[in-house]
Amino acid sequence: MNPAASSPLAASLLAAPLPVSGIAWLDEARREHRAAFAAGGLPGARVEAWKYTALRGLAQRRFSAGDGVAATRAVDAAAFALPGMEGPRLVFVNGVFRADLSSLVALPDGLSLQPLSQALRNDAEPLRFALSRPALVGQVHAASDAFVQVNAANAADGVVLKVAAHAQIAAPVQLVFVGAAADAELAWHARNLVELAEGASLTLVEHHLGHGEQAQLATLVGDVVLHEGAQLHQVVLQNAAADTNLVRRSGLRLHARAQMQLHVLELGGALVRHDLQAELAGDGAQLHTRGVFMPHGRQHIDTQLAIRHQALDTASTSHWRGVANDRARGVFRGAIVVAPGADGSDANLSNKNLLLSPNAEIDTKPELEIYADEVQAAHGATVGQLDERSLFYLRSRGIPLAEARALLTAAFCRAVLDDLPNAALREHLSGLLIAQLPA
Amino acid sequence: MLKIENLHARVAGREILKGLSLEVNAGEVHAIMGPNGAGKSTLGNVLSGRDGYEVTAGTVSYNGVDLLTMAPEARAAAGVFLAFQYPVEIPGVNNTYFLRAALNAQRKARGEKELDSMQFLKLVRERLKVMQISDELLHRAVNEGFSGGEKKRNEIFQMAVLEPQLAILDETDSGLDIDALKQVAQGVNTLRSPERAFLMITHYQRLLDYVVPDFVHVLANGRIVESGDKSLALKLEEHGYAGLGAGAAA
Repeated sequence: MNPAASSPLAASLLAAPLPVSGIAWLDEARREHRAAFAAGGLPGARVEAWKYTALRGLAQRRFSAGDGVAATRAVDAAAFALPGMEGPRLVFVNGVFRADLSSLVALPDGLSLQPLSQALRNDAEPLRFALSRPALVGQVHAASDAFVQVNAANAADGVVLKVAAHAQIAAPVQLVFVGAAADAELAWHARNLVELAEGASLTLVEHHLGHGEQAQLATLVGDVVLHEGAQLHQVVLQNAAADTNLVRRSGLRLHARAQMQLHVLELGGALVRHDLQAELAGDGAQLHTRGVFMPHGRQHIDTQLAIRHQALDTASTSHWRGVANDRARGVFRGAIVVAPGADGSDANLSNKNLLLSPNAEIDTKPELEIYADEVQAAHGATVGQLDERSLFYLRSRGIPLAEARALLTAAFCRAVLDDLPNAALREHLSGLLIAQLPA
Repeated sequence: MLKIENLHARVAGREILKGLSLEVNAGEVHAIMGPNGAGKSTLGNVLSGRDGYEVTAGTVSYNGVDLLTMAPEARAAAGVFLAFQYPVEIPGVNNTYFLRAALNAQRKARGEKELDSMQFLKLVRERLKVMQISDELLHRAVNEGFSGGEKKRNEIFQMAVLEPQLAILDETDSGLDIDALKQVAQGVNTLRSPERAFLMITHYQRLLDYVVPDFVHVLANGRIVESGDKSLALKLEEHGYAGLGAGAAA
């Protein structure tokens, strides 16, 4: 038997009472997800998808279920204020929806935005298909997706967002997940569903942050479905507290001519894992991902990207950068599959990494599988130090070594933000990147 | 200003400079000419403090201080400028931002007040005009996507903003067409002053038609083998390096 299955972590997750909705199919589904997790346990060291992210340490921890006072816990709203974000906002504290911190008045026409808990009370049936399975989009493997099952069993809240056909939502929608220090070390979960109907467009900012320092385990599972011609720009700012263990799984399904732009900044957390599975399901769908992960101290940040081109003339570009300092570790896997019949697809993936310390480590693994014709594909990964020639050039002009390093490192990271359309947000994120760099 | 005595330097374990001596005074323009492999670029790199060059003997005194113990940024702050043979492209770093950071770092190191963005912009506009460079260049990343000529002109422009005391031009003329060469030369001539010295490292006599040197030195096999006035450059043009006792290095 997998030793992780009987670990303190697994035991504490299995001991958590399942949320009770009173909706028969949902409570039954949660019991099934729980049973699947109990049977499979946590992924062990031999599971390929977790090869570079060992759970040995985390498996020895115990986390309590639920924060009894999350609904009233004091949280400073200034902590999640972002420039240019005056639109609708949904805030969760330790996985619990907070109406008092959210902004849901005067939603623009065509936008439906509510917490999952409320959506279930209002009309659960439309959510049945999505919530009956651990995740809507992509594949869930018993061996590697334990946290997806944990989430499916335990998540009582989250986001349900829909944009009606052809609605162009101008104001960005902000989703805020706050991990707040509580009386005990907590596990909390959130389940998000985003759907844009034909020709709709939206900008979505997902913000993870901490409030106080205390160890936590948070799981978030999100699915995004973009129907024909829909356009989504999503920004993820992950700035969780230093003791937070954050496991996220995103499923993206893009129908014909749908376009998605994704910008991800992975800054915070202790052990951070993000699985992104994308399906370019309709002809001409386009996905453009940009991301930077910057672990320092003893942080461990793992990004697993899996993009499937399943239709004609689909395009994906993925440009990710990693900067690791101190004793930190970064992991990146970028897997692209061009399925049979996805002729004319164009896939481009690159991951460039910088090591700022001799004790830092980044493991990167681009993978490409092509089963179609007339495909253009390029992928590459590098791990290195700052270019000595560039450093000398700056120093020869009078810029001191430390400043020259900071300048080059900042430029390296900022490159992933170049095509972020919202200038105010771009500048803010750029400032956060620079603040994370060694002085 | 600059006094090099019996300089020996190695690169990757190989001795390149073998007893080079040279003295440069303020206001003078010195041309260093020589065949490929003579040690011309090594001299520029040693003077500006690049890693990987090991000085095994000799001294370099700059305004009375030992230049060789100073970090590259300290040399720059003290007024030493190297115009690179191959200027480096630095994606993501804006040319203006870079130049202001450089100038202010130098000023700070010298205990001078840093320039605010208005003051800096004024200075830059003034120098652009003198150098006849379009300000479009300012908005781009440092040297990124610049043509060969643009890169060299950008070097001269940086020099005009940083106002060094000792400017070392490492084959700034190589790879330039005649128009670009004239622009670079005009830039250098504009910056000539009684307080400033130039060390122009070049393979060809061509640049010296436009920037007339006070002294010409032939560098061969790691040392200065002949010195003279500008007529020496013309002799080199006519007879080649082999005809001037430099044959051993050719």
